[in-house]
Amino acid sequence: MSERAQILVGRPPQPEDREQAQQIAQAQERHLLLDPRPAEEMEESILRPLSRGSVWYWTALLILGGAVLVAGLTWLTQMYWGMGLTGLNRPVMWAVYIANFVYFIGIGVAGTFISAVLRLLKFPWRAPVTRAAEMLTVFALATSGLFPLIHLGRTWKFYWMLPYPNQRGVWPSYHSALMWDMTAILIYLSSSVLYAWLAMLPDLGIARDRFEEGWRHRYFRILAAGWRGTEGQWRTLKTAITLFSLAIIPVMVFMHTIVGWDFAMAIQPDWHSSVFGPYFVTGAILSGAAAVIIVLAIIRRALHLEYFVRPEHFDGLGKLLLVFSVAWAYMYFNDYLVPWYGQEPAAKVIQQLFERGAASPLWLLMLFSNILLPWATLWSRRLRTSVPVVVVVSLFVQVGMYLERYLIVAVTLGRNELPFDWGQYTPHLAEILITIGAFSLIGFLFLVFVKLFPIIPMWEIQEGQMLHALRRIGALLVPTRAELD
Amino acid sequence: MEFPNRRWTMIVDLDLCTGCSACVIACHAENNLPIVSEREVVRGRAMHWIHLERYWDGAYPRIQARFIPLMCQQCELAPCEPVCPVYATQHSEREHLNLQVYNRCVGTRYCQNNDPYKVRFFNFFDPVFDEPLQQQLNPDVTVRSAGVMEKCTFCVQRIRRAEERALVENRELGDGEAVPACVQTCPPSALVFGDLNDPESRVSRILENNPRSFRLLEHLGTEPSVYYLRGGESHV
Repeated sequence: MSERAQILVGRPPQPEDREQAQQIAQAQERHLLLDPRPAEEMEESILRPLSRGSVWYWTALLILGGAVLVAGLTWLTQMYWGMGLTGLNRPVMWAVYIANFVYFIGIGVAGTFISAVLRLLKFPWRAPVTRAAEMLTVFALATSGLFPLIHLGRTWKFYWMLPYPNQRGVWPSYHSALMWDMTAILIYLSSSVLYAWLAMLPDLGIARDRFEEGWRHRYFRILAAGWRGTEGQWRTLKTAITLFSLAIIPVMVFMHTIVGWDFAMAIQPDWHSSVFGPYFVTGAILSGAAAVIIVLAIIRRALHLEYFVRPEHFDGLGKLLLVFSVAWAYMYFNDYLVPWYGQEPAAKVIQQLFERGAASPLWLLMLFSNILLPWATLWSRRLRTSVPVVVVVSLFVQVGMYLERYLIVAVTLGRNELPFDWGQYTPHLAEILITIGAFSLIGFLFLVFVKLFPIIPMWEIQEGQMLHALRRIGALLVPTRAELD
Repeated sequence: MEFPNRRWTMIVDLDLCTGCSACVIACHAENNLPIVSEREVVRGRAMHWIHLERYWDGAYPRIQARFIPLMCQQCELAPCEPVCPVYATQHSEREHLNLQVYNRCVGTRYCQNNDPYKVRFFNFFDPVFDEPLQQQLNPDVTVRSAGVMEKCTFCVQRIRRAEERALVENRELGDGEAVPACVQTCPPSALVFGDLNDPESRVSRILENNPRSFRLLEHLGTEPSVYYLRGGESHV
């Protein structure tokens, strides 16, 4: 092997070549894929948390589970007494529950989308990010799917919205945007679960072989569905994942467009806007990318996965966040400028309510969190690679995106064509408890998940580390990548 | 026997309306509307299928109260209808009425969001009729339970009864036989009800080339079946 093309990874640096050793150490510290560890050690560190819990884990599980339980009891109480327990009133018939629905769908939308886009475009840094993103999709979608049920006046009749054969010969009305919504969510949820499972298959196989006995072995044997890692299986898996990635992106765009249409199809002033489809999709990816960052930071800290999740991943996700913050600002500007120029009386009243009225603190906070803060910080590489900074920005984006949904649903509905029917909404205890419960539910599901599945994709990291290497060209150290396909 | 096509129409003469609210009381009695508590009214959950919307015009001392009785406008192209996922609200093509099927409603409340007149009412709690009020409930009308949307029906039960009586007596339904409770009660007869398909009916004659007639929020294209006659400067 010639000196120029020598693979330096894994070889101890020459003592006389101190500068080069330093360069290698730097690159290895920065990039996970250039810093390989023996498979045994890596698998051990990922699978260890499955069988060992700490006091912290059980405390967190108890607290989040308790919050979920309280929310469930609140829901039952609300079903028993009626929707009067909420703060809803005559003009504001949708509020926090629907804002939650849109918000959690937004988070959910982005996870699988991010994972699929990163896979398709072969971003090398994606490896440890994908599974957390995919699971965030599944859990957030499942949580958001509860809200249309929670907000129903007669929850126990929800199955009337399903197209099931019945004696009366009545089918649900597909004129209603709510039906499009339900169909799209069910498709996205089921395909996201399948996609996450496919991408987990090799890891399930590894886990099955690592746990040689006990219920975990039997459990992983069933889930791994006969995965052996033969050449043919790999080829089929790669094709399936690529196909799924390609197919799931349009499904995601459709789904969140339809969520936007829930509002845009109505004649409520300020809802009736043709930009709502793409505007909602951009907002969803913005809030979703921020949520992935938060989840990764928590997992990294709690499970001590600093080796896997590194500043380079926050750097990449931070760039994504910045791009979608710019896109969101553009969409919002569109949605704002056109009604402003039109000066229709009802739309004008709503805009004044945002700019100078009671809603203006929320509105300004939204603009600060979604536009000003990301733009002011994320352009800098130094700030992007600082985990606390990116996490704080992401938390603000969460607040901003939640406020955006709240303003669209609960505040806009208070103003309409006839001033006699204007109203104001304040959330009541039932809504607050159920909202806290929904956030807790996602955390709770994640806690359960990390005990039952490997949260970091082992095979993707190992594959990436095999493909990536540092090579020396002249005096220059260059990271290189081999193509499998 | 086939029932003929009807276009049930209501006229509200704002010149005659005194704002006495007798129509509201009549509607409550006829349609089993619950009387919600004071606390609920403050929260904006009052339930009156017909109610008077009052606006102040001008500044003191030249201030005027203007009011307009508002009920479901029975739109020809009702925005509330297509958004219902379970067909709980739908159109009667024969009568041009906007029907509400209470026991089909699951309570998504989308119809109220999409209703520009905000004349749909949601049962936030189960209705309470204190003793002995439950004795006066109208047996022809369902008492709606919690979680269900409801609205003015043009007293469809009274229309049905009048049509059936005419059918039994083997004659045509005469003009003014089907009368909603509010119309029957209105002391100055500011409300007129009838079939616009019948050129001889009172509503047809009043609306013919009437320069005072208008429909509420007509620019939205909902084609309401309620016509208002513009009032002069005679208000309080």
